[in-house]
Amino acid sequence: MRAFVITTIVCFLIYLLLTTGSGSDFLGLWSNIELIFGILLSLIVGFIARTVFVKNNYRLLNPVRWILFLGYLIGPFFFSLAKANLDVAYRVITGKINPGIVKISPGLTTDLGITMLANSITLTPGTLTVDIDEDTNDLYIHWINVDKKALEKKPIDCSYICGSFPQWVRRIVE
Amino acid sequence: MILDILIFVFIGIGLFFNLLAGIGLLRFPDVYTRLHAGTKCTTFGSIFLIGSVVLIGLNMWWENDTNGSVLAIHSAAALIAILLTNPVGAHAIARAAHRSGVQPVGAVIDELAEKRGKTTSDSQTGGD
Amino acid sequence: MIDLNTTFLLVVIALVLCIILALIRVFRGPTAPDCVVGVDTINTMVIVSMVAYGAAFREVIYIDVAIVYALLSFISTLFIAKYIEGGEF
Repeated sequence: MRAFVITTIVCFLIYLLLTTGSGSDFLGLWSNIELIFGILLSLIVGFIARTVFVKNNYRLLNPVRWILFLGYLIGPFFFSLAKANLDVAYRVITGKINPGIVKISPGLTTDLGITMLANSITLTPGTLTVDIDEDTNDLYIHWINVDKKALEKKPIDCSYICGSFPQWVRRIVE
Repeated sequence: MILDILIFVFIGIGLFFNLLAGIGLLRFPDVYTRLHAGTKCTTFGSIFLIGSVVLIGLNMWWENDTNGSVLAIHSAAALIAILLTNPVGAHAIARAAHRSGVQPVGAVIDELAEKRGKTTSDSQTGGD
Repeated sequence: MIDLNTTFLLVVIALVLCIILALIRVFRGPTAPDCVVGVDTINTMVIVSMVAYGAAFREVIYIDVAIVYALLSFISTLFIAKYIEGGEF
């Protein structure tokens, strides 16, 4: 029941976002017919997708975590995205590469956390997620410029690859 | 006036990184490094190009044109779609390439191939 | 000073040049994953050029098409990757 209500509300918010400017009955942005249709459609979608969207994990309902997530996106994530692009620009122009595939164990347990970390790694400097070991939650990373110092100790320390991202992800979703 | 300059700067950065993605696709030697260029640069370029469109929409909204709000919100929705789908697609392609047997060119170390070789030999001995 | 509508048309033309660069990789790619990488890059650039086209003519309908195109191209990329991988659907 709780999953059904959450899915319906999220669907209705997305519907409202995509139909702004359809009329001037409600708050000057939406028309009544659009609102009624939106409620009907989101009830149907919420009933069908209630087991897909929410999986017995209600931690993300906490607004503090949303603010942390926004802070993560604007602060460390955007900074390392910019650094990643300057890095790729340098390698495109000079053609210097030293690639390899390495394994890291970030120590996260939930699916959502692993997904967030893998997407962050793909968009940050010189690294790309290739595969996931689903039993132990290890990530296999293609690294465009392998650091010799990092290879001495196995398994490789996360701080070489993704900095402080695992701590952030743990604070946001776990 | 300041807004116009900001929009031109955003367009310049976005076009530069999109062009870099195209050149990187041609210059890099194998699939994985091409994915680096094709994913990161297009995502960053799209953020700035669509960001300039969002700025135009917000400016139109400020001048009481309701069309501007629709322009800004829908462009932001397209940007969120790109941000969510681009890394997942890159991950799917990299995984498919490695499973179909494409080796990284000039690799210093390949722990995934080591692990996969171990498990396949294990299963073969287990089958016998 | 050039006005903004003309600027966005020029942006679309520049993006078409980038698309041609990626298209060379699609035709030359030695293996199948190379072609898929090129197609994925082209998809993102097409989405951005649709948004720029919508901004140039102040028409929101192009941007709606861009959102739908983004989701459909994502699904098609996933399916092609699954096909190359050779697993079961």
